[in-house]
Amino acid sequence: MQFTINGQRREADVDVRTTLLDLLREHLALTGSKKGCDHGQCGACTVLVNGRRINSCLTLAVMHQDDEITTIEGLGSPERLHSLQAAFVAHDGYQCGYCTPGQICSAVGMLGEVAAGWGSHVSADLSSPGLNTDEIAERMSGNLCRCAAYPNIRAAIAEVGADHASAAATSARREGVSA
Amino acid sequence: MRSFHYERAATPEAAVRNFDTADARFIAGGTNLLDLMKLQVETPGKLVDISRLDFAGVEDAEDGGLLIGALVPNSDLAADPRVVARYEVLARALLAGASGQLRNKATTGGNLLQRTRCYYFYDLHSPCNKREPGSGCSAIGGENRILAVLGTSENCIATHPSDMAVAMRALDATVVTLKRDGDRRRIALADFYRLPGDTPQIETVLESGELITHVALPPVREGSRQAYRKVRDRASYAFALVSVAGVVRMEDGSIAEARLAFGGLGPMPWRDVAVEQALVGQPPSPALFERAADILLADAQGQGTNDFKIPLARRTLAATLRDLTEAR
Ligand SMILES: Cc1cc2nc3c(=O)[nH]c(=O)nc-3n(C[C@H](O)[C@H](O)[C@H](O)COP(=O)(O)OP(=O)(O)OC[C@H]3O[C@@H](n4cnc5c(N)ncnc54)[C@H](O)[C@@H]3O)c2cc1C
Ligand code: SF4
Ligand code: FES
Ligand code: FES
Repeated sequence: MQFTINGQRREADVDVRTTLLDLLREHLALTGSKKGCDHGQCGACTVLVNGRRINSCLTLAVMHQDDEITTIEGLGSPERLHSLQAAFVAHDGYQCGYCTPGQICSAVGMLGEVAAGWGSHVSADLSSPGLNTDEIAERMSGNLCRCAAYPNIRAAIAEVGADHASAAATSARREGVSA
Repeated sequence: MRSFHYERAATPEAAVRNFDTADARFIAGGTNLLDLMKLQVETPGKLVDISRLDFAGVEDAEDGGLLIGALVPNSDLAADPRVVARYEVLARALLAGASGQLRNKATTGGNLLQRTRCYYFYDLHSPCNKREPGSGCSAIGGENRILAVLGTSENCIATHPSDMAVAMRALDATVVTLKRDGDRRRIALADFYRLPGDTPQIETVLESGELITHVALPPVREGSRQAYRKVRDRASYAFALVSVAGVVRMEDGSIAEARLAFGGLGPMPWRDVAVEQALVGQPPSPALFERAADILLADAQGQGTNDFKIPLARRTLAATLRDLTEAR
């Protein structure tokens, strides 16, 4: 089977039973994505498929041969950290770090959902949600942290979320659009 | 996971044609089916992948309602501007379910057909009539905190876990299907699920290999208020203990129309027209809401650890009706 992972074509000879998570970890040596529960409950395995966050443990590799898959390894490297990776370091958004790759991939997908105007369970107005602490907690509830580093995880995401919002406002001003 | 043949269907006709053995299964988002396959609760010999079929859009229907493709992900449906504007109860129910990652994968058709979360159903070592007909029900007299108080039988007390389906039940949704013989059917959601009776393993009226292609929603009358209230053990990312989907229209201080469906109480999204009839034509009051709850729960039967659901349903119904009827 052929896959596109982190912008590269990859090939693997795998059984149809192989989950996307096992493909990444066991066959392609991309061990950044973690296996916590293997049943869609913890979020440690979160990756981006065509830019959307999903649980890679609850889907089959064979179903994703035509998709663009992005893992934590594809978001940034130690030399060139993704803004969320840098924010997790700056805010100490972890203890053991096991949930962190999933938290970061999930947060990237989540900020895209906010930018697309998607509401959440806690949004008073579903058509114009903002991004406050309650929104971050609700939208990230699919990512559990055994170490309960939640306050710092939320702070890291809030910082990048605020940067996103002000960048959007700046470019809107540049184009002469009022926000 | 047991091994299986895998085929990706290019068209709906090919999907039903490829469903050529009794132990075949369609796979859409896979978030429930694969979970069950890992535990070998489900052991299909063949998976027909329908995830690339062209049913991933939401269209305006001729009657002013919406036609939702069976493969529309739960997250896209909740964010659709028409759903947000005209069917807020559906958007709210979807957003109250599962997690952001799961909603991105879970589909409209798969959500309707997800299986119960009864612990014993997932545990191959426990007797369970739904998993293994005739083996007995471990939940009766066992751990049944999350299970049903209405519509149960002595063979099974499982709940249907979906939030989305509860809202769709209140909205009078219709399921559109394609059968193996090429016929299409329209099945009112009211007639779609079956009570457990003596055959808890049969959950819907679908035939083997019948493919859900769409769900149709009729228009909601202007001036209606909609709400979804879900009570659960955690603030987020937990199944409903009790939930209420309500669509209510007021006229001159009285309830002109009320549509109410309940999650967490029964083996299917639960609706009782007698409850609605008791409300229509009446001015809202705490006493009226109590009367409605009396009717809803007249036949409710707790099983021990789920007894609390009966008073909880009463209070959740009253709170929802208060929100939907109070003057703003
Ligand atoms: C940790 C966790 C928490 C969850 N919490 C919630 C919650 O709070 N509320 C809630 O409502 N749900 C919850 N869910 C369940 C989730 O909503 C369902 O798993 C999902 O909706 C199923 O959709 P799917 O497309 O992935 O279905 P699949 O797993 O692909 O399919 C499910 C079943 O439907 C059949 N099927 C699928 N599509 C069709 C079709 N078009 N025609 C005919 N048959 C079809 C399949 O053969 C299979 O039997 C949770 C799930 C998990 C794992
Ligand atoms: S309640 Fe139904 S699903 Fe649960 S053990 Fe009994 S028969 Fe099985
Ligand atoms: S490993 Fe996938 S959600 Fe836990
Ligand atoms: S940092 Fe240890 S699980 Fe989250």
